[in-house]
Amino acid sequence: MQKYLSFFRLRFSMGLQYRTAAFAGVITQFAWGAMGILVYRAFYEVDSTAFPMTFSAVVSYIWMQQAFLAFFTVWMMENEIFDSIINGNISYELCRPIHIYDMWFFRTIANRFSAATLRCFPILVVASFLPKPFGLQPPASLIHFFLFLITLLLGLAVTVSLCILIYSLTFFTISPAGLKILFTSMVEFFSGAVIPLPFFPEKIQKMMELLPFASMQNVALRIYSADMTNRQMFSAVTLQIFWLITLVSCGKKLCSMAEKKVSIQGG
Amino acid sequence: MWLKLYIHYISINIRSMMQYKTSFLLTAIGQFLISFQVFLGIFFMFQRFSNVKGFTYSEVLLCFSIMLLEFSIAEMYARGFDQFSGMVRHGTFDRILVRPQNEILQVLGSKFELTRIGRMLQAIIMFIYGISKSEINWTVSKIFTVFFMLIGGTALFTGLFLIYAALCFFTLEGLEFMNVFTDGAKEYGKYPIGIYGKRMLQFTTFVIPYALVQYYPLLYLLGRKTNIFYVFLPLLAILFLIPCYLLWKWGVHRYQSSGS
Repeated sequence: MQKYLSFFRLRFSMGLQYRTAAFAGVITQFAWGAMGILVYRAFYEVDSTAFPMTFSAVVSYIWMQQAFLAFFTVWMMENEIFDSIINGNISYELCRPIHIYDMWFFRTIANRFSAATLRCFPILVVASFLPKPFGLQPPASLIHFFLFLITLLLGLAVTVSLCILIYSLTFFTISPAGLKILFTSMVEFFSGAVIPLPFFPEKIQKMMELLPFASMQNVALRIYSADMTNRQMFSAVTLQIFWLITLVSCGKKLCSMAEKKVSIQGG
Repeated sequence: MWLKLYIHYISINIRSMMQYKTSFLLTAIGQFLISFQVFLGIFFMFQRFSNVKGFTYSEVLLCFSIMLLEFSIAEMYARGFDQFSGMVRHGTFDRILVRPQNEILQVLGSKFELTRIGRMLQAIIMFIYGISKSEINWTVSKIFTVFFMLIGGTALFTGLFLIYAALCFFTLEGLEFMNVFTDGAKEYGKYPIGIYGKRMLQFTTFVIPYALVQYYPLLYLLGRKTNIFYVFLPLLAILFLIPCYLLWKWGVHRYQSSGS
C-alpha cells in the first residue's frame, strides 16, 4: 500500500506544477458553464412546467460539473499509459514488484485530483458570489453535503476504473484510437455530461440510471442540488458501489490476462 | 500559381493520410459520433419542450447544421493553424520563413484534415431534415443567404484559428481559452444566438461577429425579417479577417526562433 501512496504523492505534486494551464482551464470552464446556464434559462422561460429539475438545481449541477470537470471527463485519459503500451516502455513497469492495475489506478486518481484541486476553488468561489438565479446555491443540508463528498469520490473511482478498462484493452488492440473515441462519446452521453439525466424521457432515464455511466458524475451532482429523494440516493449509492466493485474486478482480471501473454511492442 | 501549389499540398496530405486507412475511417466515425451526441442532446431537449424562444426543433437543427458545416470546413483546411504552436516550439516555422512562398499558404498546406468529413456528413443530413421540415419559401435571395452564411461563417472561424496561431508567436503555447471562441461557438452556436439574451447578441454582433453569420440571416431565412439587407450581413463577417491578419503579420514580424 505504501508504494502506491507514494505513487499518488508523486503524481499529485507533479500535477500541481501546471498552474498556468489550470488558469486557462478555469476561464474556459467558466465560459462553458455560463453558456450552458443561459441555454437552460432560455428553455426555462419558454415552459417552466416542463422542467424536470428546479432551475437553481440545474444551475448548481452545471457549476459543480465545471468545477469538478477533471474528475469526470473521460477524454482526459492518460496518453503516457497508451504510449507506454505502444512503444514497449510498459516492460519497465512490468519488471517492478507492483501490480500494474493498482499503479495505474493510483496515478490516474492522483492526476485527476491535482487537476481538480487547482481548478475547482476559483470556479466554486466565483460561482457562489454570482447574483441569485445564476449563482451556485449552498447544499440543501449538512447530510446532503457529506453524501455529495462521498459520492463525488465514488464517482471518481468509477470513472477511473472505466478508464483503466480501456487502458488494459489496448494490450489487445494496440491502437487505442477507435476504442477511445467510442468510449468517450458513449460515456459523455450516458453519464449526463451532455444534458443532465432527468431531462431524458422517464423510461429512458430509468434505464440509463442503471448503467455504470450514471454512477459517475450524475449521482454526486444531483445529490448536491437536492434533486434526489432519500430512497433514490440510497439506491444510487448502492449502485455506485456495485459498479465500482464490478469494474475493478473486471479490470484486474483483464490486466492479469494481458500480463500473462503480453507482447512487448517496439525496440 | 499559388492555387496549384495549394492543391498539390492537399494531395500530398490526402495521400499520406490514406496510408492509414483504418485510422482515417475510425477518426471520421469518431468525429461523427462526437457531434452526434450534441444532436441527441438537442433531440431530447425538444422531446420535452416545444420550442426555445420561438424557434422550433427543425429550425434549431437548421441553425446547428449550418454552423457545424461552417466550422467543419474551416477546421478541415485551417487545421494547420490549430497545430501551429508545435511549429513554433520545434522551430519548424524557420523552415517556412526561408522558402520563397507566402507563410500562410505553407501553414495551411501543412495539414488538411479530411476526417472532418464525418462531421460534415452529419451537418448535411441535419440540414436536409431542417429544410424539409421548416417550410421555408425558397427564393433566390434565400439561397444566396445560405451560401453567404457558409462563406462568412467559414471566414469567421478561419480568422479565429488565425488568431489562435498568431498568439503562439507571443506565448509559444496554444492558449486553451481560445477554445471558448472556436469549439465553444460550435457547441453553443447550435441554438440561435438570440436565445442567450441581449448582451450576448451585442457581443456577437460587434466584437466577434457570430450573429452576423448565424442569427440575423437565419431570421431572414425563416421569413421573420424581410429586409434584403440581412442577406448580405454574413459577408460583413469577412471583414473580421483583417484584424486577424494584422495580428498574424505583427506576430511574424517579431518572431524569434525557438527550439533547435
